[in-house]
Amino acid sequence: MSSDGIIGSSPNRVGGRDRVTGAQEYVADIHSVGELHAKLVKIDESRARIVSIDTTKAEQVPGVRLILTPDDLPKPMPRFGPQYQDRPVLAVGTVNYHGEPVAAVAADTKEAAEEAADLVHVEYEVLPEVHTIDAALDPDAPLVQDPSLRPGEPLAHTNIKTEINFGWGDVAAVEGDADYVIEREYEFPMITHFAIEPHGFIAEPVDDGLNVWSTIQHPFQLQKTLANLLDIPLSKMRVFAPDPGGGFGGKQHPKLEPLVCYMALKTGKPVRLIMSLEETFQAVRRPSTRVRVKMGLTNDGDMVFQDIATDYLIGAYVDIADRVAEKSSYLAAGPYRVPVVKIAGRTILSNTTPTTAFRGFGVPQITWARESTLDEAALDLGVDRFEIRRRNLPEKGFEFVPGDTPADGDWRQTADKAAELISWGTPLPEGRGRGIAFGIKSGPTTGLSYSTVRLLADGSAIIFCGTSDMGQGARTVFAQIVAQEMGIPIENVNVIMGDTATVPYDQQTSASRSTVLMGTSVYRACKDIHGKVRAMAARVHETDEAEIEVDGGVVRMAGEELAITDVVTAGLGALGGEVIGNGEMRKDKVPGHPLAGNAAFFEFNCTAIEAEVDDETGEIEIVKHVTVGDVGTALNPQQVQGQDDGAAIMGLGHSLMEGLILDEQGRTRNLGAIDYRIPTSKDLPTELISASIENHDGPGPYGVKGVSEGSLLCTAPAVGAAVRDATGLVIRDLPLTPQRVWEAMREQKT
Amino acid sequence: MSETVHIEATVNGRDRAFEVAANHTLLDVLRDQLGLTGTKECCVVGECGACTVVVDGIPMNSCLMLAVEIDGRDVTTVEGLAADGHLNALQQAFLDVSAPQCGFCIPGQLMSAHALLQRNADPTIDDVHEALGGNLCRCAGYLQITEAVMVAAEAGRQ
Repeated sequence: MSSDGIIGSSPNRVGGRDRVTGAQEYVADIHSVGELHAKLVKIDESRARIVSIDTTKAEQVPGVRLILTPDDLPKPMPRFGPQYQDRPVLAVGTVNYHGEPVAAVAADTKEAAEEAADLVHVEYEVLPEVHTIDAALDPDAPLVQDPSLRPGEPLAHTNIKTEINFGWGDVAAVEGDADYVIEREYEFPMITHFAIEPHGFIAEPVDDGLNVWSTIQHPFQLQKTLANLLDIPLSKMRVFAPDPGGGFGGKQHPKLEPLVCYMALKTGKPVRLIMSLEETFQAVRRPSTRVRVKMGLTNDGDMVFQDIATDYLIGAYVDIADRVAEKSSYLAAGPYRVPVVKIAGRTILSNTTPTTAFRGFGVPQITWARESTLDEAALDLGVDRFEIRRRNLPEKGFEFVPGDTPADGDWRQTADKAAELISWGTPLPEGRGRGIAFGIKSGPTTGLSYSTVRLLADGSAIIFCGTSDMGQGARTVFAQIVAQEMGIPIENVNVIMGDTATVPYDQQTSASRSTVLMGTSVYRACKDIHGKVRAMAARVHETDEAEIEVDGGVVRMAGEELAITDVVTAGLGALGGEVIGNGEMRKDKVPGHPLAGNAAFFEFNCTAIEAEVDDETGEIEIVKHVTVGDVGTALNPQQVQGQDDGAAIMGLGHSLMEGLILDEQGRTRNLGAIDYRIPTSKDLPTELISASIENHDGPGPYGVKGVSEGSLLCTAPAVGAAVRDATGLVIRDLPLTPQRVWEAMREQKT
Repeated sequence: MSETVHIEATVNGRDRAFEVAANHTLLDVLRDQLGLTGTKECCVVGECGACTVVVDGIPMNSCLMLAVEIDGRDVTTVEGLAADGHLNALQQAFLDVSAPQCGFCIPGQLMSAHALLQRNADPTIDDVHEALGGNLCRCAGYLQITEAVMVAAEAGRQ
């Protein structure tokens, strides 16, 4: 394949061949000579005071090399976290959530480690715990975090971590202008990421440093965290991050890597901790929420104000939960022009699994509430449920959040496409219903991505960059950019990632950023090469540089077009060598901005659902599922479809079947694949259409915007609306399981 | 506890004789003893399908089989699909339609699909959904996976 038309085409995935032969190496597939196997010691309580840890029996198990308890770690216990340094390496004094490790065993074999972990005797005293919003807010509730961990925080003596307030205008002043005011409350359950690859970590002491392998999405953040904790220079703290087997946000931040590093340093041997799926469930989750939406509208359906307050139930340690709350709340009023908006949010600590980023970053929770409330309003007002949304959309360029990035697409086009594909407004058979919802999420607000591209003597190229390819296909799109800009076949482009000692710094892989931010960096590295090729051409052809143009893989001079690779081969001469280009994409903080920066782009999505509800069983059949996103440019349409289909089906998961179940003591009761169901190939919509709007108006190379989260932002409200349309049922909690729907139907009949 | 048993089995077309611990699953032995790490470990309770291999033509969760059970039987793992470095039609179709995203479930999906096509050269889409219904994909690339199996089936009939 030549580079002609490589942008906007779908070449075979770079790394795809290894994925179909089984050769792709994930963390668990990597072994070190002399490695020890680690196993965590846990107790079956969500909050307990640790009285003693007796390792005597465990030490007798043949092959056991280390039983690490808090006594073996520095004092005070080292803590870490992406926002607050609140997460201890091991539980210290108290277990604060179900599954928090209290000790860890390293042994020659997995069996020995497991046997010994079972034999570590932990004596503990069960303490009162909180695992719901109401219990955590009770003035008499036990404190999840000791106030000494929260110096200077005004709310340190409560379970409220942070209060958020955004908005513009004065709701009280305009409330009287609304013809109609609605107020509703919607709840969204705890969801687990369930990447098919459980988390895994390996640490290996080398000379005066450490090599660490992790399933992490952000290898450079892990490198920094470990270097700080262990006082090792960045240069000797090397993190290998093989392509994660799915991340979805759950693998963004460091979790048990510090523990594994201490074990490796203590034993002087490589230590591997490959977690079970159950343990992975206990490591991270999506925050559950309760959202109150108050909305004022005119009789025609024009929005007068929105007043939205969200409680996010977060875990015992914050991880990135405050950021999730801030960023999702910021756009709580949705992709609409609303004259007056009041937004409040609270993150509430509880004795539950720490909450972190999860595809959509808090937006699906708020969107479920806002869009469902808007639907209820439309029905009350007698305004068409599509029209009430469409009429409130801003024009492209309108600052729908005053002072921030304006609407960056012709969103009515997206909306109209969704309506058209679902045949909005046409008659439906008895028992069927339709729903439509709009969702919006900010792309990254800050970013820093470096890359290096080496154009080699034979005209092939290597890209070095720190993005993690966890399925979104980053390798492929970067290779497409280099193939296009160097004029070479994509088969001749290699992409190196996942090694902090080899590739230049990248801030992170999240927020659907990589094609836009790292893509720009790679594009600029190509431009750097273009500059050097221009100089080379000028030297070889004894021409003035100003007379030479290099672009899109070719060198134009004196009315002639030469391939870049030919110019380079000639220019490099007998010694050979290569041309090296460096790229940088920096999106700096904006001082005073509530999110530290404005959105690089928006993911705007419209989802429309046609559904049928079985009135005997309450089961929902998704007859047709349409998702349309404004993607700017589909750089690789096949991969865009993969992202959109996948996010849409993941959205159906939290809409229809998923949710963590806690018992009265706050212990998770559905750990693992038997009791926590995610969509299978037998749960798919009868028809799923993922469509894109392309106006080439994004900030990335060739006009791309990010795409990986859009399709799950508003799945739930679209499904809920279709169910309501079919049955008249209003259900304000998820998931819409057959049981919940059946019970609502029964109640409706009585 | 770790009594070993001598077994003989055909693995990816090659006759092999080896000792396995009586308590080790087929998944343990494939990954840790034979170095066939293409077969993946996730739920270890037979629900996710990541560890699917084909034993005597039947797709099996290798996490639920003891290794001793393969004595005298024929086992194919994902590493056994390509011959002489050439992808088979199924692998090629997966690659061509971009079915693998993160790729972690793909070996299991391929093995379930391989077994399906061995017994049914002309499956319907429902047949594919049924046959691969036990293989979870959290990237949820199900449409492209199904498309790949249908493309491979078509190629196989020509």
